[in-house]
Amino acid sequence: MTKYIIKRFLGMIPTLLIITTVAFIIMRIAPGGPFDRERAIPEAVRENIEKRYNLDKSLPEQYLIYLGGIIRGDFGPSYKYRDQTVTDLIFNSLPHSLILGTLALLVATFFGVLAGIIAALNQNTWIDYTAMSIAVFGVSVPAFVIGPVLMLIFAMKLKILPTSGWITGPDGWVTVIMPLIALSMSYFASIARLSRSSVLEVVRSDYVRTAKAKGLSPTMIILKHVLKGAMLPVVSYLGIAYSGIITGSVVIEQIFRIPGLGRFFVQSSLNRDYTMIMGVIIVYSTIVILMNFLVDILYSFLDPRISYQ
Amino acid sequence: MKKAFLALLAALMAFAFVSCGGKEEAAEVAMVKEPVEFRLNNGAEPESLDPHLIQGVPEHRIYEALFEGLITYNPEDASPLPGVAESWEASNGGTTYTFKIREGLVWTDGVKIDANTVVDSWIRMLDPATGSNYAWFPNMFIKGAEAFNSGEAGADSVQIRALDDMTFQMDLLGPLPYVIGALAHYSFGIVPMHAIEKFGNDWTKPENFVGNGPYVLESWVPQDKITVVPNDKYWDAEAVKLDRVVYLPIEDQNTSHNMYLNGEIDWDTTAPQDQIEQIQFRDDYHATPQLGTYYYVFQNEKKPFDDPRVRKALSMGFNRKNLVEKITKAGQIPAYSMVPDMAGYPAISGNFEDFDEAKKLLAEAGYPGGEGFPAFEILYNTSEGHKKIAEYIQSEWKNNLGIDVSLLNQEWATYLSTRNMGDFQVARAGWIGDYQDPNTFLDMFITGTPMNGGKYSNPKYDELISKAATMPDGPERMSVLADAEKIFILEDMGVMPIYYYVTINMIDLNKWGGFNFNVLDTHPPKDIYLK
Repeated sequence: MTKYIIKRFLGMIPTLLIITTVAFIIMRIAPGGPFDRERAIPEAVRENIEKRYNLDKSLPEQYLIYLGGIIRGDFGPSYKYRDQTVTDLIFNSLPHSLILGTLALLVATFFGVLAGIIAALNQNTWIDYTAMSIAVFGVSVPAFVIGPVLMLIFAMKLKILPTSGWITGPDGWVTVIMPLIALSMSYFASIARLSRSSVLEVVRSDYVRTAKAKGLSPTMIILKHVLKGAMLPVVSYLGIAYSGIITGSVVIEQIFRIPGLGRFFVQSSLNRDYTMIMGVIIVYSTIVILMNFLVDILYSFLDPRISYQ
Repeated sequence: MKKAFLALLAALMAFAFVSCGGKEEAAEVAMVKEPVEFRLNNGAEPESLDPHLIQGVPEHRIYEALFEGLITYNPEDASPLPGVAESWEASNGGTTYTFKIREGLVWTDGVKIDANTVVDSWIRMLDPATGSNYAWFPNMFIKGAEAFNSGEAGADSVQIRALDDMTFQMDLLGPLPYVIGALAHYSFGIVPMHAIEKFGNDWTKPENFVGNGPYVLESWVPQDKITVVPNDKYWDAEAVKLDRVVYLPIEDQNTSHNMYLNGEIDWDTTAPQDQIEQIQFRDDYHATPQLGTYYYVFQNEKKPFDDPRVRKALSMGFNRKNLVEKITKAGQIPAYSMVPDMAGYPAISGNFEDFDEAKKLLAEAGYPGGEGFPAFEILYNTSEGHKKIAEYIQSEWKNNLGIDVSLLNQEWATYLSTRNMGDFQVARAGWIGDYQDPNTFLDMFITGTPMNGGKYSNPKYDELISKAATMPDGPERMSVLADAEKIFILEDMGVMPIYYYVTINMIDLNKWGGFNFNVLDTHPPKDIYLK
């Protein structure tokens, strides 16, 4: 087991290196550069700037310089935000995305699993239909619609929440409420549907029937047997969901003015902020790879049938 | 490498949960007696606070609070006002300017500002090692600047000097009469060399920051907000009335509009495009003509756009008034010339909409009724607004001239690269003047300049623009520039002007005073006060 974990862990390094290399190449194939503006600048001025950022060197050279920096933990200067390094920008913004993403996933998981179990245990009753209608709504209405609607209701009409902002600002933690709901909605819905169907499946399995036959109370059966078995698909979904929630918060961050990493995901590419694009890609890939890794490990604990040799 | 990342991520997670305080600030505000805080949507996170590295409107707004150059803008009409320079005079036929530096000026850290500060600052601006994007601007004025900036000569080639501690002098490339107004631009900014030497790239961080403007940097939370408070060492500190200005980088127009409606911001520098029709009737909605032109560039070297008759026909073949009233809607003004309305400049006029004349010109060029006109594309950068305009022009050309055109949108950086390389047939463009003189709209179409992606070239035009650059200020110079524009637009139709920009601001003028509207859309926070 330990051997497997170490092997999987080391396997992440080449994956990351390949992602970095491919991203570097694709990024540089794209036309335009970080210093292009509506006002085209004279050649001499452009050369000055490019020299300052090593952009006058050949591509392989630039690639090696960049890799060298990465190994030392230096993501380089941002071409767009010229007073800051990419490391600064990521270090300042990632925590906000992580807080929002983690909270959203916790909320989505808790309520999703709860709704799923309740719906499954009351299959084909009005409770089931209500829960699943909410889930269908959550899956089909995107966050960029839910966000402004929430803002309209709670900030503009009822005036009980500030329109936007973040916990670092004067309004504090109440600012989390709306982005949290908007971001977690679709994940809540997916998890609810997933847990409902897996609970339904597990309830009909042999070992649950055995448990019932032994005379265990329904609560005990659900907590000890059904839940554990039914959580497998949910757990494997959580890995993807967490990566998705972290990388997909860009719209929510923009609508609610959250100083997170999400907005750099798109903006840095549009700005051709080469070092920032690389930094964001590396951080996001690390999160995705890491989550997949954790899910695999967790799986083996949850399902005794899976063994890694 | 892997481990380093894990360690980094773990550290970030830990940091995330530690750094969630933020109540101190609210307590601090409550202790002061009713401080007047002015909050605005600055549109985007500033790329930098360093005057020599910036190049955009959000950065300019912050520059106006934190720094002051030799010259500043008059908030009423954006005309030049004395700043660090108390007075100035021209000599040598307008090619040399001598400035008297205001007595007793200091940086926020108490270090003295004198004529040498100006010299050192400008040399830093032009130094190739600084890598300034806007170096081309001083290069247009200062003798020897371009040689130094392009690495061909040393710093001593730049013709600026301190005659004594309080007297600064510069030599110009010619008698460029608009130079004084141009000096208010941030690329002529004065910077604290002593702080830059000490802190390097980190000098703009709040803990290291040194400035000389009416306000001083209090805090900077990237992507969240920048706050500035009055600088008590500023020479005109008494004039500063606001206790704090908060710059919020709000990118989402609907969010900023909602914040404005809810009273969370006092000044919104934009308004949601799709709600303009309702919003424009509000008293606090202000659309002001701006020194800017929206136009289409023709690829003058490629067939059929190498024929001025074709370019004229296309320009005459669509209705601009309908465009601004039904499509853009924010109060834009139909444009038939490149230079917007400007004091002292005799506006040119002609080549108005005329579908019959347009058809005639097309027929003369060999395309009667649009027959045989080669397929071509309108290139624009991806945006709903540009798309609507292009679609309108597309349908107008089809209906009025019988010409088929398709649309091509490219993402911003790709579009710029395509446009600058001249790899298009017709492309959308926009230009906002850098200073109040027709030259800022005209000199970019001289043969071979980097902005001239449409490859317009006419020796007569080049000659007139160069001639104007050597003439002293006055009606004669203006009429030479107007002659040049007549050739450029009326005769050659080198580009196709569409409309003059307006700027949109939302602010309650019953509450806030000292807020004026001008063609440069500049609103120095020094002058804003609570009524």
